[in-house]
This record gives sequence, structure tokens and C-alpha cells, in this order.
Amino acid sequence: MTARRVAVTGLGVVSALGLGRVTFASALRQGLNGIRPLDGWRDTDLRLGWGAMLPNWSAEAHFDNRETNLYDRFSQFALLAAREALADAAIDWTDDLRARAGVVTGSCLGGQSTEDAGFQRLYRDGAKRIHPLSIPRIMANAAASAISLENGLTGPSYTLSTACSSANHAIGHATWMLRQGILDVALAGGSEAPFSYGNLKAWEAMRVVAAEACRPFSRDRDGMSLGEGGAVLVLEPLEVARARGARIYGEIAGFGMSSDAHHITQPSARGAARAMQAALVDGAIEAEEIGYINAHGTGTSANDSTECAAIRTTFGSHADRIAVSSTKSMHGHALGAAGALEAAATLLALSEGFLPPTIHYREPDPECDLDVVPNEAREQDVEAALSNSFAFGGFNAVLAFRKVA
Amino acid sequence: MPSDELTHRVITAIAKVLGVPAEDIQPDSTFEELGVDSLDGINIAFALEETFDVEIPDEAVHGFADVRQVTDELRKLVADPGEA
Repeated sequence: MTARRVAVTGLGVVSALGLGRVTFASALRQGLNGIRPLDGWRDTDLRLGWGAMLPNWSAEAHFDNRETNLYDRFSQFALLAAREALADAAIDWTDDLRARAGVVTGSCLGGQSTEDAGFQRLYRDGAKRIHPLSIPRIMANAAASAISLENGLTGPSYTLSTACSSANHAIGHATWMLRQGILDVALAGGSEAPFSYGNLKAWEAMRVVAAEACRPFSRDRDGMSLGEGGAVLVLEPLEVARARGARIYGEIAGFGMSSDAHHITQPSARGAARAMQAALVDGAIEAEEIGYINAHGTGTSANDSTECAAIRTTFGSHADRIAVSSTKSMHGHALGAAGALEAAATLLALSEGFLPPTIHYREPDPECDLDVVPNEAREQDVEAALSNSFAFGGFNAVLAFRKVA
Repeated sequence: MPSDELTHRVITAIAKVLGVPAEDIQPDSTFEELGVDSLDGINIAFALEETFDVEIPDEAVHGFADVRQVTDELRKLVADPGEA
């Protein structure tokens, strides 16, 4: 039996660039910036001053009181993205299909802002009690559960937490479950809401955050920019999607993973290259077919040069013919949601025929001497693409996408 | 605190949690009639603890089946907050 091919037939996106996939695609095409000065902590000692927070987010605009009470911000992002993705896919649901449909999400931090707010009340304000639904709001699988509950999806669902690779691991696993016939529909992606005083202080102490906006691959880069949001992909077998005439953004053709076993935070070019090679092998894709890589591209000194070296190792001389951009320069590094936002960016780029840029780019770095699509998007069709995620802890996850004619 | 004022504050707190007008809740309404599920129950307990600055014991919360049981428990706790 030939393994099933996996098509993406729905997309939903929530990011600092705005709400919805259309807004997201338009922002990527225009090279818009979602990384701004953070206003919420001006009266604290927080030095970390910039991030890609959603401007003017209003939970009440999308959720009723019961939902805002039950769901942390990170679950709200996932639920909103899932609603958009499901409306986009327009699947004709039956009870049988719902029993064969599951949700796989990634999140690094879960409902940490609920935890932070509760602990501030207890430790700082001397309150006797914290939000009664703190536990179900904080749990990392809350976002997947919210999506399953709202839509009555009763197939296998779970959440993966591998720091900045979480969403790629989630999408990859969902793809494999679909391929193997365990699921007939998968909602896959991730969400993250890392902005709280406590978590920002933790990032500040790591000393990896840029003074202002991140500038991936630029010689004067000085770190990453935290981001928030979520994205959800609807996955179906390609032949089913074709038969029902669904709009197909692309195929998730391959998924590769590796572990560095090298260092808890320092990246390894060898580990990154092994994950890219594994994704190509899994998707039976020739290296020369890849025309675009949505890089992990955090904007830290170590990541970007290491990732470029890994791309050269993987692709040899073909690396000079690949466009490699970091959309984190626009939507920030959304940690456990990063792979989901970047899968959406890659699929929109493939299906609409453009290459999103690396913005804030100023100065070439000899250690990042690839075509990083500096500052301006390019109208260009590519047939296949990779999206890289490399996590603290040394866990690498790479997705391979193919355009579907 | 006068009994009717306590009942009024209990009903107001429950109504806010359930997102319904206070007029829809009577002193003898049952939780079943009001559609209160287990999550609503802990939300209501939290709201009442905040409103009255008392600690409602778990066994009391688990036993609540109508508004009157809640007001009776709170009357007891407000009279002697140290009891909890």
C-alpha cells in the first residue's frame, strides 16, 4: 500500500502582525514589522523592552465570559486560529469523521501568564486564593483540548512540548498519523503567550534578547525578539482533499527530527543538518528541489551562523540557489508556536508564489552568506520548501512542504 | 449583616459567574435548575470567598445543591469566620 500523502486545506493564524491568514500573508509580502516597544511593564525594572505582542488584543471580542474564564491567552490564540482554519477547510463533518479527527498542538510554556498572575497575587499581594480554574488554564494541553471540545473531535489528540521546536514536532506527528491512517483529519499547530513579568525577567536573564527588533543573519544582530500567537493547519489525505475540491495550500511531504546531545542551549550544526536531511529522506525529496527555507533564524549570533553552516552541509553548492529567510524578523519568535506560524508562512508563500523577506537586515555577515531575502519579499515560485525549528535542549524538527499542482 | 442582604450578595455573585440576570435566581433555586456544573461550582465558591472574605470548606462546596444551602453556609461563616 502506498502511504497517504498529506494536504493542508485550512489555515488559521493569530500573530503580532494581526488576525487571520489573509492579514498574515499580506504582512509577509509587504515585509511588515510586528516587533514593537513593550508598553505593559514600563513601571517595573524590566530591561527587556521590545517584543512581538498582539496589538490591541481583546479576548472579549472573540470569546464569551465562560471561555475567557476557562482559557488562558495561549489557548485563546489556538482556538481562534482553529476556528479560522476549520471555516477555511469547510469540511463536511459526520460523526464518523469527528471520531477520526484529532488535534496535535505544540506549546513551550502553556498557560504561564495565568500562573504568573496567580503567583503575583499570592506572593506579592498576599491574596489567599488564586483563580479557581488556574490548573486547567495552565496545563500545556489546554489549547488542544479547547479545540477538541469546541468541535467534538474525538480521535487521538495530544500536545508536545519541545521548547522552540514544539509546533514542528506537533505538525510532523500529525502528518505521520494521517499518513499511517490513524487520523483522517488533523488539526495541527501551536500557540504561545510568553508575555508576563516573570517570564520576561527569565528571558532577560538569559541575555539572548535583542535590544530592539531582531535582525536575523545581519552581521550586527544582537539577539531574538519574543513573539506570541498561534497557527493551526487542517490536514487531510491529499486524495480526499482533491476529491472534494478543497483549496490545497500545499503538501506536508516530509518530517525530520534529530537531537544534538551537545549542549542545553548552544546549537549544533550537525544536529540541525541531520534533521534537514531526515526531512528530505522522509519526503523522498531531492535536495535540488528545495527552493526556499523558512529558517529557524532567531537572530542570535550562535543560531544564525550555525544554521547557515548546517544548510551548506545539507545542500552543498545548491545552498547558493536556495532563498533562506527568517519570518521571525516580522512576527517574532513565538517559541512553541514558532513552527506553526512559520509553516503557515511557508504554505502561503508556496501557494501564492512569493518569498517572505528577512526584515531589519542591515549588513552581510560572512558566516551567513546565503540569500536571506533581505528586507523585501520577492515574487517567485518554488516547488518545495523546508521550515526549520531548533530548540533549546537540542531537539530539532524540520518540515518539508511541496507545492500541489 | 441582615439575612436578606447576605442572600442578595450571594445571588449577585452567582448571577455574575453564570452570566445571567440576578432576577433569574431565587433564594430557593436549585443548581440543577440554574444549570450549574462542577466548574461553575468552583467559580461560584471562589467568587463568594472573595466577596465575603471567608474560606468555604471543600466538603461544603461539594455538597451545595441549591442557593439556600449556600446562603446558610455563608451565614455561618460570616458569623464566625474562624470556624473554617
